[in-house]
Amino acid sequence: MTARVGIVTFPGSLDDRDAARAVTRAGGEAVRLWHGDRGLRGVDAVILPGGFSYGDYLRCGAIARFAPIMADLVPAARAGLPVLGICNGFQILCEAHLLPGALVRNSGLRFIDRCLRVRIEDTGTVWTRDYQPGQEITVVLKSGEGAYVADEATLAGLAEQGHVVARYAGGNPNGSARDIAGVRNAAGNVVGLMPHPEHAIDPLTGPGADGLGFFTAAVRQVMAG
Amino acid sequence: MSGTGTADTVARAALTGDRPQPYAELGLTGEEYELVRRMLGRRPTDSELAIYSVMWSEHCSYKSSRRHLRQFSEKAPPSEALLAGIGQNAGVVDIGQGYAVTFKIESHNHPSYVEPFQGAATGVGGIVRDILAMGARPVAVMDALRFGPADAPDTARVLPGVVGGVAFYGNCLGLPNIGGELAFDACYAGNPLVNALCLGVMRHGDLRLAAAQGEGNHVILFGSRTGPDGIGGASVLASASFGGGAAGQAAKRPSVQVGDPFMEKLLIECCLELNAAGLVVSIQDLGAAGISCATAELAAHGGTGMQVALDAVPLRDPTLTPAEILMSESQERMMAIVEPGDTERFLAICARWEVPATVIGEVTATGRLEVTWHGELVVDIAPQTAADQGPVYDRPAARPASQDALAADDPARLPRPAAGPELRAALLALLASPGLADKTWVTEQYDRHVRGDTVLAMPEDAGVIRVDEETGLGVALATDGNGRYCRLDPYAGTQLALAEAYRNVAATGARPVAVTNCLNFGSPEDPSVMWQFTESVRGLADGCALLGTPVTGGNVSFYNQTGQVAIYPTPVVGVLGVLDDVRRRLSQRFAGPGARVVLLGTTGDEFGGSAWAQVAHGHLGGRPPTVNLAAERSLAVLLAGAAQAGLLEAAHDISDGGLAVALAESCLAGGQGCRVTAPGDPFVSLFSESAARAVVAVRPGVEHAFTDLCASHGVPAQVLGTVGGDSLDVAGLFSVPLDELAAAHRRALPALFG
Repeated sequence: MTARVGIVTFPGSLDDRDAARAVTRAGGEAVRLWHGDRGLRGVDAVILPGGFSYGDYLRCGAIARFAPIMADLVPAARAGLPVLGICNGFQILCEAHLLPGALVRNSGLRFIDRCLRVRIEDTGTVWTRDYQPGQEITVVLKSGEGAYVADEATLAGLAEQGHVVARYAGGNPNGSARDIAGVRNAAGNVVGLMPHPEHAIDPLTGPGADGLGFFTAAVRQVMAG
Repeated sequence: MSGTGTADTVARAALTGDRPQPYAELGLTGEEYELVRRMLGRRPTDSELAIYSVMWSEHCSYKSSRRHLRQFSEKAPPSEALLAGIGQNAGVVDIGQGYAVTFKIESHNHPSYVEPFQGAATGVGGIVRDILAMGARPVAVMDALRFGPADAPDTARVLPGVVGGVAFYGNCLGLPNIGGELAFDACYAGNPLVNALCLGVMRHGDLRLAAAQGEGNHVILFGSRTGPDGIGGASVLASASFGGGAAGQAAKRPSVQVGDPFMEKLLIECCLELNAAGLVVSIQDLGAAGISCATAELAAHGGTGMQVALDAVPLRDPTLTPAEILMSESQERMMAIVEPGDTERFLAICARWEVPATVIGEVTATGRLEVTWHGELVVDIAPQTAADQGPVYDRPAARPASQDALAADDPARLPRPAAGPELRAALLALLASPGLADKTWVTEQYDRHVRGDTVLAMPEDAGVIRVDEETGLGVALATDGNGRYCRLDPYAGTQLALAEAYRNVAATGARPVAVTNCLNFGSPEDPSVMWQFTESVRGLADGCALLGTPVTGGNVSFYNQTGQVAIYPTPVVGVLGVLDDVRRRLSQRFAGPGARVVLLGTTGDEFGGSAWAQVAHGHLGGRPPTVNLAAERSLAVLLAGAAQAGLLEAAHDISDGGLAVALAESCLAGGQGCRVTAPGDPFVSLFSESAARAVVAVRPGVEHAFTDLCASHGVPAQVLGTVGGDSLDVAGLFSVPLDELAAAHRRALPALFG
């Protein structure tokens, strides 16, 4: 038996293929899920991949949040299903209120594709337990609306409760509040990450293999039951 | 032009032969209009006039260039790799293991000047659909950009818009941008060049050609609805010079299309699924000249007829006339020929991707293109007359007398730096010049990681894409052009562009196999421009024959001039190479200390058209560097062999700015210094732009094996020094710390564009 990780394709999803490859490299089975279908096909975890779902029209993630599959995903996530939202996936998780805050236009107003270091702040989640607390890893940030924002009380709460999963380590690239690169929910099963770990799984095609840990951790966790 | 119910029908045209028609406003000459009348035996209807005006435009018909472009086929070297060539939407090249790739570069110069963001965005969209129409999955894009002086106020308007448009469209499609060019020169101030390239991958069996076949088969239009955007884009915009002045540009703004990359992403996935399901007999993208072009070309190439009900076309604007619908260049549309029994499944797949699709007609055996509007016949022509039998011009060409004075203005007269501190300053000035400066400000706006198959991307010499994850099969792609060299000698300059792109591909260890081109010139009605064009085409055809790399397709962009001032002749050449295993690719990065730095090739005193002459003296004159294609070929074979054998840690081609700039780039890319000598005349050694050269870093311990390999290929090799340290150190002359090099290199573009 192997861990079955669902990857949702919305109209305009782009990094779904990359997320599937990362799951496979981590030893899991990638199960493709379609936005317009109902049901999660019994997967053990779900990744919402990067891209421009619905062309980012209206607001990033605002339309995808109402896709039929979300009607099944949201209650499953609230019941503990491991969910990782990467980039556009993070935006969708915020729009679906599975995570607090929102992602807005980069402070420089331009799209950024950059290999950069992030510090793993919380290793208590399903997705980050293969890292050491404070470990710095190199991943790929590629987004135009990647600046994390939330009201002061929410930001303070995230910090106090240790719900910030990752922070930018080598300078703030996009104006994110408190250098936040990723957050989690209170239960720790839902994680949103602005940079892309799935683009850092092989030195041949990315800055290294530092990102693979997100996927191996989840696959191992599921296997351990 | 008239609306519903009062359309200008074929019957009416036959009865009202004297009615004046606006052929000149639509871009046709009096002679061309008379030719249409003769072919039809009557005056054309409004709709027919619309079709001929766009199909016979320079942009669509290649009427001034066609007789010259034949050389690409006539002189083509024998190649077993070519599965489809010139005349198709894009050339298709066999790369082995059952895979084929298709690639093409195309201009979107005029729209990008009028409306930089949408002009550039739809340039990317258009070339991607060309690739899609061949049955391939688009997998990467590149952009070759040229602007006026970097510090000119209008460049601050045009460049950020163009870069933003390329980024917006390509990023939203999920296509990695793996390279291209960025150059500045005053000659492009009134005519920036925006050339976009797309690469697609397919299995051999996926190849689709644009030809309507099978009587009774359905004609399906799918994708975006048709609107009033881009009407006459091919004729009044792309095939005429700008009149000059802001008012002229504003008046042409409605001719620029508006892009919706989200719809195009859905179209890509939808088309690939339709192909995989075997539901497509033939397919064509709608680009320049929209429905006119797609229907006429499909019918002409299929040797069949076609009947189309224009009122079935879904519209964004219900007031459009039949002629406007035929001419509209609304983006994100495709046309397919489908067997009637497959139509239901075809429409179902489109619906799943939320792509509107409509049956608008069928293939007939009449040999005529017949278009109706609410039941009335508004077009009845032989499709070949629009698609293939337009006028062909043998435009007069004359070498301008000023060419001699230009050649006589030898850069040898320019004061040269000699002492160490002067040479050091010259290097830093070159690195900080906008054309040679670090391009991160631009390239960071492009997603180069999506799809996870990008092995090399800018600032590497060529982009490398992995095609097969199991075997490591991949391709390398580079584009190059040098308007300054071509201004001095269009024949040699074009061969130098070809040679540089070829060398760039070779520097990754790939085997160059095929060529595409985008020929950017001024007005073909100017004999001196026509001379530049004919020399350039001859140079490219001869060069490709010598290098054994056939031209698979391309694009001609004329009328790149404002008023009487034409751009420098700027052919941009794209070369595609094959890597049997991308894990063996070479990067320009000096990866670690200890490797031996070796110069390959022969250096002469060659500064005509050089970056140094431009940056230090604002000078353009003399002769461009000598072309030696046999030496280029030997160098390429050597680099591929050395990469295959694992002898090299890095390889970097030497071009603009010479050896010194190449060394600085390799040092900065890897964060490693080097200590080298500059043999002979240090200035010539460091800054000459002699072609057929590269600098490599040889893996420690295999120096002899590499020297032997160089000797066996007849490539001169000279050891310059060793990689290591934290400065670029030229023995006895100067030393520059990497931090200082980096500061000079990286500050230029952010300082200009924020």
